Parts: sequence; structure tokens; C-alpha cells
Amino acid sequence: MSEQKFEPKIVGFLCNWCSYRAADLAGSARIQHAPNVRIIRVMCSGRVDPSFVLKALAMGADGVMIAGCHPGECHYLEQNYKAMRRFGMLQHTLRGLGVEEKRVQLVWASAAEGQRLAEAIDQLVADVRELGPLHWAGNWEENGERLQALEDIVHEHQEAMEVTA
Amino acid sequence: MSEAAATKGKLAIYWAASCGGCEISLLGIDTKILDVAEAFDVVFCPCIADGKVRDVEKMQDGEIDVCLFNGGIRTSEQEYMARLMRKKSKVLIAFGSCASEGCIPGLGNLHNRETIFEDSYQETASTDNPQRVRPQSVTEVDEGKLHLPVFYDTLKTLDQTVPVDYYLPGCPPESPRIWEAIEAIVAGKLPPPGAVIGEHTTVCDTCPRTRDEKKIKAFKRTWEVLPDEETCLLEQGLVCCGPATRAGCGALCPAVNSPCIGCYGPNQGVEDYGARLMSALASVIDSEDPEEIDQIIEQGIPDPVGTFYRFSLAASHLRRSKREVAAGNGPSAAAADVR
Repeated sequence: MSEQKFEPKIVGFLCNWCSYRAADLAGSARIQHAPNVRIIRVMCSGRVDPSFVLKALAMGADGVMIAGCHPGECHYLEQNYKAMRRFGMLQHTLRGLGVEEKRVQLVWASAAEGQRLAEAIDQLVADVRELGPLHWAGNWEENGERLQALEDIVHEHQEAMEVTA
Repeated sequence: MSEAAATKGKLAIYWAASCGGCEISLLGIDTKILDVAEAFDVVFCPCIADGKVRDVEKMQDGEIDVCLFNGGIRTSEQEYMARLMRKKSKVLIAFGSCASEGCIPGLGNLHNRETIFEDSYQETASTDNPQRVRPQSVTEVDEGKLHLPVFYDTLKTLDQTVPVDYYLPGCPPESPRIWEAIEAIVAGKLPPPGAVIGEHTTVCDTCPRTRDEKKIKAFKRTWEVLPDEETCLLEQGLVCCGPATRAGCGALCPAVNSPCIGCYGPNQGVEDYGARLMSALASVIDSEDPEEIDQIIEQGIPDPVGTFYRFSLAASHLRRSKREVAAGNGPSAAAADVR
């Protein structure tokens, strides 16, 4: 790791009808918040498949925010409850894989709650900053013996071939 | 040489980190194996016939027409063999769940080399190893160096190791599906490269049980209930993997009152099997209270990774759990090589 200051990369899935508008409101009201969230607009928090979150983490995100309308206020009636249940499943699984709970957060923010969304973003960024970089792809690195071992096999087989040839 | 013999294709069947069930299933095509022998010379299959790696090394590149490769890649020797078979084969097929998605050996990705060795060579009740002997990749003896394959921290799927042309799902692939695939190969009627040779629908679609509304207050384990034989198992609270799993098995498990465990892998278009299953199971929970939801999930699914990724952890987006213990020699140049 370099000595550069760690800036968390956060992917945010914000629902079109509430949270994305809350973000718009935060912008037009000039509410300050951490600039670390890359926002992706989805039609509903119920659209967020757990695989989106997993893919974001695998591709280098340090944290993920899912934001939608408050329970009971979903534009599509009850899809945010679906998001709530999926989030429970996902967190349960992420715990099993060793991903800290605070890296993935579910937030409710209505179109009028720019301040609330900004605070939630600041909180998530602060939490992830404390946890440090995730750098998930680093978990896939093999120890240094791998390449040497492969070379050895090729070499050994060539030698064996020469003996019999 | 007769004309038939001259046009005979060459077939290889190889195994890496797998159990051998794929070969059994292949032989399960029964007397049709004679038809296979008519269409192909089996040039390399260590499981059922004598053959030497050296003979394969001496072949021209692409000399083998079809290679059925089962098993994941756990050691350097298996990686070498995957590369060799890729080089020598025109068509390389990831045969079965291990090669396609890691399967049960892929659950080893919840651990690493250190912890697996500690378990296998130290902790097991029948092991007496006071000197803490471990397999070494290189051992110097008077006659020279002896090599053992290097054991990896993370099991890789075949396509995380070399390019793969086709996938045949299943743990193991059902014999009739294998025969269909062989017929397609012989007739030259294979789907576009990169495709899974199989159904494009879910186990639920082939399950005869009646489905109504799925609303449950608790997930149950198989030993907790004697399920009714007509109704959807998921509606009865059993964690059935049917909604996420590719058809092809004929819904064998639900037919005998046992929930689907997902051995046929992700359905067409599913990137992450576990994510699809999480979504499907989450939507049947009958609660709008976060605390109750968490309680239903935690009590009903004590082993989420083993349940959602029983066959597919190595092929999932995250591929493994967070590695707590650092890799043997620290990060290496090999990192850039990982797809």
C-alpha cells in the first residue's frame, strides 16, 4: 500500500423516486457531503439484485449504499420491503464471507430528505474509512510459489521427454 | 486404415479437483459408450484407461478433437494439465459442476492452504503428527529434487484458468444429458462457443408440485418437517434451490420429497447463483419488520454460504471468503495473471 490517504470508493444504488431526488435536492440546496459515492440510479430499491452489490465489491468498491423510499412509501407499493428482506439475506451471507457489515448499508431517504441522505453518505464514508480498503481481488492472489511451480513442471517434463526421446 | 477409422475423432477425458462422479456418470450412458467408441478414439482418460501425460505432450496442438475436463484447479499440477489439455484440444468442455463453478471442492475457498493443511495434517482425530510435517513442494534428496504440486489458497474454475469453449452443468451431469451433448458434438450441432449445453429454464419449471402463494414465517431444515408430497417445498418453508437452478436433472430431488440443492448450477443468464437464490428466498419471507426478518433468516439459514453457494462459491463474484491469513509468500507477480 502506498502512503497516500485512503479515499473510500463507494457505489450507491439510489431509487429514482425518493433517494435520487434527495441527492438532487442535496445538490441544489448546496448541502455538503463526502464526494466518495458513485451514484447509480435505479427505478426502485427493489431492483437492486444482491449480485449488483457483490459485483461492486468484487470490482473494487470499498462499500455500497442502497437507498430507497421509506417503508410504506414505495412508488411501486411494496418493493422496498423486498429490498429490506434481500438486504437481510445479503448481510447474513456477507458475514459468512468475512465482509464487515458496515460496508454495505441500507438507507431510507424521501425526496424531501436531502439532509438525511447527505448525513447517511457521510456516515457510510466515515465507517468505511475506519475499516480501511477492501481490495477484494487481493484475496484471489496466490502465494509466490505458484509461478515457480508451473515453471518447474514444464522444465521437469521437458527433461523427461529428452531422456526418452 | 479403413475410412471410418480415418475419420474417427479423438476424445480426451481428464479430471482435476473432483470426485470421479463425472466419469461414473459418463459411463452411465451404458451401452451407448460403444457408440462413443465408434465415433471417437479415447486417447487420454486416466480414470478408466492407461495413458501417460508424456503421450499427450507429444501430440500436435489441437490434435484432440474434444476434451471433457472435469474438476476445479486447486494445485499447480492441475493448472499445468488444464493448460496442456487446452493447447492440445480443439474443443475444451468444462464437464460438470467442479470445472464450471468449483462445486464442493470450491467450498474450500472458505479456508486457505494453511487452515486446510492444519485440519488435514494436524487436527483430525486420527492424525498423530507431533513434528508438524507438512507437504513440501520441493524436497532435496541425494538423487536430486523431488516435487509435489503446490497447493493453492483458492480453488479456481477451469475458465478462470484457461479459455473454455462449452460448459456441461451438473454434479454430476445426468447421463442422458451427456449423451445429448455427445450427439450434438458428433452431429456438429453445438450452440455458439461459450454456451452452456443445457436447458434454459429452472428446476421449478420441471417440478410437478403445485405452486400457490409463497409466504412463510420460518425456514425449516429437512429434518424438522415431513413435507406434504403435492405442494411446493418452498411454500412449506424448506430451502429449495429450484428457483435459481438450471433444469436438466428432471427435478429428481423434489420428486422424492427432498428440496433441490442446486447441483445443476445457475440458470441461463444468472451471473451469481447465490445472489439469485438470496433474492428468491428473500421474497417469500412474510414480514415487513426488519428485526423479524433478520430473525427468520438467521434461525432458518444457519450456514448461508454453504446454502447459497454450495456448488458455486469459486465462480461467484467474490469467489472466496476474505483471506485472514496472508498467502504463503506474500502477494506475487501471479496476481496480474489471475483473470
